[in-house]
Amino acid sequence: MKSYIARRLGYSMISILLLSVTIFMFVRLTGDPTTLLVEPGASQSEIEAIREQLGLDRPIWVQYATFMANLSMGDFGQSFYYRMPVSELYLSRLPNSLLLAACAMIFSLVIGIPSGVLAAVRVGRFWDKAGKVFALLGLSMPAFWVGLVMILFFSVFLEWLPSSGSGTVLHIIMPAFALGWYFAAAHMRLTRSSMLEVLGSEYVKLARLKGLPEAIVIAKHALKNAVIPVLTLAGINLVVMVNVAVVVETVFAWPGIGRLLYEGIAFRDFPVVQGVVILGGGMIVFVNLLIDILYAVIDPRIRLER
Amino acid sequence: MTSSIPNSASFKPLAAGHTKAMTTAGPLLELDGVSTHYVSAQGTRVVPAVDQVSLKINAGETLGIVGESGSGKSTLALTILRLLPPAGRIVSGRMLFEGEDLLRKSDLEMRRIRGKRIAMILQDPMASLNPLFSIGDQVGEPIRVHEGATRRSAWSRAIELLKSVRIPAPETRVSQFPHEMSGGMRQRIVGAIAISCGPRLLIADEPTTSLDLTIQAQYLNLLRDLQREHGLALIFITHNLGIVAKMCDQLAVMYAGRVVESGPVSRIFNAPAHPYTRALLNSIPRMGSNNRRLVAIEGQPPDMVSLAPGCSFAARCPSATDHCRAEAPPETRLEANRTVRCWLAGTEANLPAAARVSGAV
Repeated sequence: MKSYIARRLGYSMISILLLSVTIFMFVRLTGDPTTLLVEPGASQSEIEAIREQLGLDRPIWVQYATFMANLSMGDFGQSFYYRMPVSELYLSRLPNSLLLAACAMIFSLVIGIPSGVLAAVRVGRFWDKAGKVFALLGLSMPAFWVGLVMILFFSVFLEWLPSSGSGTVLHIIMPAFALGWYFAAAHMRLTRSSMLEVLGSEYVKLARLKGLPEAIVIAKHALKNAVIPVLTLAGINLVVMVNVAVVVETVFAWPGIGRLLYEGIAFRDFPVVQGVVILGGGMIVFVNLLIDILYAVIDPRIRLER
Repeated sequence: MTSSIPNSASFKPLAAGHTKAMTTAGPLLELDGVSTHYVSAQGTRVVPAVDQVSLKINAGETLGIVGESGSGKSTLALTILRLLPPAGRIVSGRMLFEGEDLLRKSDLEMRRIRGKRIAMILQDPMASLNPLFSIGDQVGEPIRVHEGATRRSAWSRAIELLKSVRIPAPETRVSQFPHEMSGGMRQRIVGAIAISCGPRLLIADEPTTSLDLTIQAQYLNLLRDLQREHGLALIFITHNLGIVAKMCDQLAVMYAGRVVESGPVSRIFNAPAHPYTRALLNSIPRMGSNNRRLVAIEGQPPDMVSLAPGCSFAARCPSATDHCRAEAPPETRLEANRTVRCWLAGTEANLPAAARVSGAV
C-alpha cells in the first residue's frame, strides 16, 4: 500500500511539471500584455519601462526559471492588472467556486446514480427510455443555454430566483443546476452501463441463486461494484466543474475562479492565467491521486497489490 | 437399520437413512412436459430451448444431464430455479418439488426455496464470488437471509462450512477476499455456499470445466462426500461422460432442447437406445485403441430458431428414415425408468452395443 501511494505521488509530480511548461509557453503566444496595460497613445519608452518592470524583457527560459523558483516557494507572482498576489486573488474566489461545484456535484449524483440504476434494472422499458431522453438532453444542451433559459423562466417570468450575483441560497440554485445538468446526464449514463455489466455477472447470478431479496442483490452486490467507475468520474468531474464553470459563472455573474480566468485571459494577465491553470491542473492531479487511494480502500485487490 | 452396525461400514445405510426422512413418498423433483422458450424482443422469433422435458430425481440420487453446448442443459437448470433471463418463458409443464408445483409458487415463495431447499453451483468459480465482500460474508449470507441468523453466528457457521469443504485454516480464510484464493478453493467455497442452508437438491452446472484435472477429481470426491453426508439429491450437468460414469445413478441425454434418452447410467452405457447417445459414447477417445483418429459426430447441431418438423437428430443420424424427417418421435418407455425418443428404438435396439465406457474412463 505504501509503495503504491509513493508511485502514484511520483506520477503526479511529473504531470504538474509538464503542465507548467505547457501553459507558460502557450500563454505567451497570445500577444503582448503591455499594450493593454498602458494608456492609449503611450510612448515606446513607457511601454519598454513596463515590460522591464514586469520582467517580460528577459529571455523566456529565464522567465520560466524565475517563475518555477518562485512557484516552488508557493509564490504565483503578481497580477499585472490587479497589482496583487495571484494566490490572494485565487483564494478569495476559490470558496465561491467550490461551493458552486459541490452543489452541482450533489445535484448530479442525486439525479444521476438513482436514475442510472433504475434505467439498468428496467432496461428497455419505460424508465430506461425516459432516461435516454434525459441523457440526450443533458449532454447536448450547452450549459450557457440552459442558464439563459432558466434566467428567462425563473427570473424574468416567474420572478422566483435572482438572475445573477451571489450571497444567498437562492442565488446558487440556478448556477448549480446549469452546471450540474450535463454531469447528471454523464453520471446517469455511466451508472447505467456499469450497472448493466455488473447485473450480467456470475456473482449477481449467484446472489440470486442464494435466494437474496432483489433489493439486496441490487443495492449490495451490484451497486457497490457498479459505483466504482462512477465515483472515479465524479471525482474528476468535481475538479472539472471548478475549472469549466467559466461559462456558467459568466452567465450568472458568479464570482468564482472561472470568472477570474476569464478576466485573466481578456487582459493577458499572464500570472493569473498561469496560476489558475496550474492550480486547476494541480487539483485534477490531486483528486486523481485521492481516487487511486480510495480505490485501494474499496477494492481489496488493489490494496494488496505490490 | 440397526444401531449395531459400526460407523465405518455405514456409509450407504446412513445415506439411505437420510433419504428415508423425506415426508413425501414420490420423487424429490419431477418435471412433467416442461418447455422453456426464448422469445425475441418483438416476439417474432421463438427458440424452444427446452422442449417437453420430463424427468424424475429421487432424494439422495444423482442425475446426470449431458448434451452439447446449446442443447438446453443450463436453461433447464435455470428453469427449475425459475431464474431465467428476461427473454426466457416457461410455457408449459409442471415441476413438482417435494410434491408442490414450483410453477405455481409466487416470486417470494420461489426466493425462499432458492439457496435454502434447492441450491446451484455455477460453472465459473473465478466469477461466481463477489470481489468486494469477504468469504465469510458471502458464505454466511444465505444463513442470514433464510434463517435470520445474526452476522456473528452466520460468521461462525461460515467457518464450519469452510471446514466441511476442506478449506485449510478456515479461521483466517473466512475474513479473506476471493482474489486471495485459488480456483479450486473458490469452487469449494461456492460449494460451501450451496450447502449452507442444508438444501434437498443441488444443481451443479458443469462445476469442474474450468478446473484443472487433478483439482477436478478432488472436487468431485468432495461433492460426493457432501451428497452422502447431507443426503442431497444432485443434478449434475456436464458434457463429460467419464464424470457421468463416475458420479451418476441416472442419466438424461439432451439434444436440441429435448431429452432424447433417459434411464439408469449402467443400462444406457451398456445398451444405448438412441443413435445420438450411441454416437456420443462412440466419440469418447479410448486408450489402447489402434484407431488414431478421434470419432466425431458428423454435421452440426440444428439451428434452434428454425427447427425442421421431424426428429431434430435426423440430419446427422446414420439410420434416419423418411418417417424420422417428417414427424418428431414421441417419448416412448423402453422399460421401467427408461425412455427414448426415437422411431427406430424398438427395431434397432439390438444393434451392436456401441461402447463399454463404464470401465474405460
